[in-house]
Amino acid sequence: MSEKGLLFTKDHEWVRVQGNIAVVGITDYAQDELGDVVFVDLPSEGDQVQEGEGFAVVESVKAVSDIYAPVSGTIVKVNTELEDSPELINESPYEKGWIAEIELAEGVQLDDLMTAEEYEAFIKEA
Amino acid sequence: MKKTPLTELHRQQGAKMIDFHGFEMPVQYTSVIDEHLTVRRAVGIFDLCHMGEFDLEGPGAVATLSQLTTNDPSGLQPGEIQYTMLTNPNGGIIDDILVYRTETGFFLVVNASNTEKDFNWINQHLLPDTTLRDRTSELALIAVQGPKSLPVVERVLGKPLADVETYTFIDTEYKGYWLRASRTGYTGEDGFELYLPNAGAEELWQDLMTTGAEEGIAPIGLGARDTLRLEMRMPLYGNDIDETTTPLEAGLGRFVKFDKGDFIGRAALVKQKEAGVQRRLVGFVLQERGVPRQGYPILSAEGEEIGIVTSGTHSPSLNQAIGTGYVAAESASPGTEIHILVRQKRLKAQIIKGRFLK
Repeated sequence: MSEKGLLFTKDHEWVRVQGNIAVVGITDYAQDELGDVVFVDLPSEGDQVQEGEGFAVVESVKAVSDIYAPVSGTIVKVNTELEDSPELINESPYEKGWIAEIELAEGVQLDDLMTAEEYEAFIKEA
Repeated sequence: MKKTPLTELHRQQGAKMIDFHGFEMPVQYTSVIDEHLTVRRAVGIFDLCHMGEFDLEGPGAVATLSQLTTNDPSGLQPGEIQYTMLTNPNGGIIDDILVYRTETGFFLVVNASNTEKDFNWINQHLLPDTTLRDRTSELALIAVQGPKSLPVVERVLGKPLADVETYTFIDTEYKGYWLRASRTGYTGEDGFELYLPNAGAEELWQDLMTTGAEEGIAPIGLGARDTLRLEMRMPLYGNDIDETTTPLEAGLGRFVKFDKGDFIGRAALVKQKEAGVQRRLVGFVLQERGVPRQGYPILSAEGEEIGIVTSGTHSPSLNQAIGTGYVAAESASPGTEIHILVRQKRLKAQIIKGRFLK
């Protein structure tokens, strides 16, 4: 599993930070809770997002779920593969199922995000 | 939360459990899409122990039922089943139910969410020499649905069942338990609904799973139950129909027998029929990406609000977003383009005729 090095939110998003770019997706736990994903409402490149703000929507057969930005910044890339293959979120939540890349805003802190170990402990409590 | 005789079994087998009208029920075992397709292609079993069952008996049973429901129960022969509705004086639907004609009266099967309400309503309207008994807490219900249902149920019950026609039932035995097997369901596929005392439920469930292994049987959760029924345009109480909607608006007029004599709601329904309904329940397919959900506004192609979505999902069989909703009668014709407002975006949809899955 490729969860190592990722950071996590309490809303079950993950972030992989590479330089000033954060790749964002939803966790394995989140995709399992949602069930079969059938549609992803993607943001647009160039959108400004604020930490904690809904920036994408994932719809499964049975539920609709807002995806919140784990960090503030600008959307620089979206995973257009999800338009035709939303099931990638179920099949490969940490790799092929990534949702968007966010260019970090100035001075963004990552201190509030959880490590893989912290996140694992967090979902066990839930 | 209330449990069914099978709740622990679902949990042990790793089903995702939810609170469904106060019952702890399985919503999904593996995947809604996989479970759905298993029922369309092979066979699946459902825990429906939460459904309500009543016995209505005595010399006044036929007249009691006839004055409470829209369909005509008087011609039913023992062994026959009828879909019907309880309506209020305004013609609004109190519940949609199944009525089984027995040798001594009727066996009524009602929606879990309405069990108490229906019991009180019927009880208030009993004619002389009529008794109503709530059997919900003593009876289990397991549905077996899918094109391969028949051989599985035949082997489990040890008797031929091909002659049990759609919307009929037989009473038989299973391992010493009384069992009622009806050729009914909520999926649009062939299948049976099996009623028996709670004590036999787990044994029957395990037996069906083992016996049906060669047919590829699988347990099915409430998630797929909803997508299966919606593809067939079967209404869901609480979503598509309720006390504020009438059978005529919901497209269920064929189950309303105006010429059978008076019943509660008849006068209001006659009036509505004469005046013409103001809104109709329609089915639509989305022509853009997205998923319609209950409560989303329906707009005309010109952008005027004309109705509301009552059910919506992604159809696993068609791989397409589908839904139902009430729209103004003048905009309800098949082929009409409508728009569904999904998160401030207007998505194109088209009204279709009949079932989604032909």
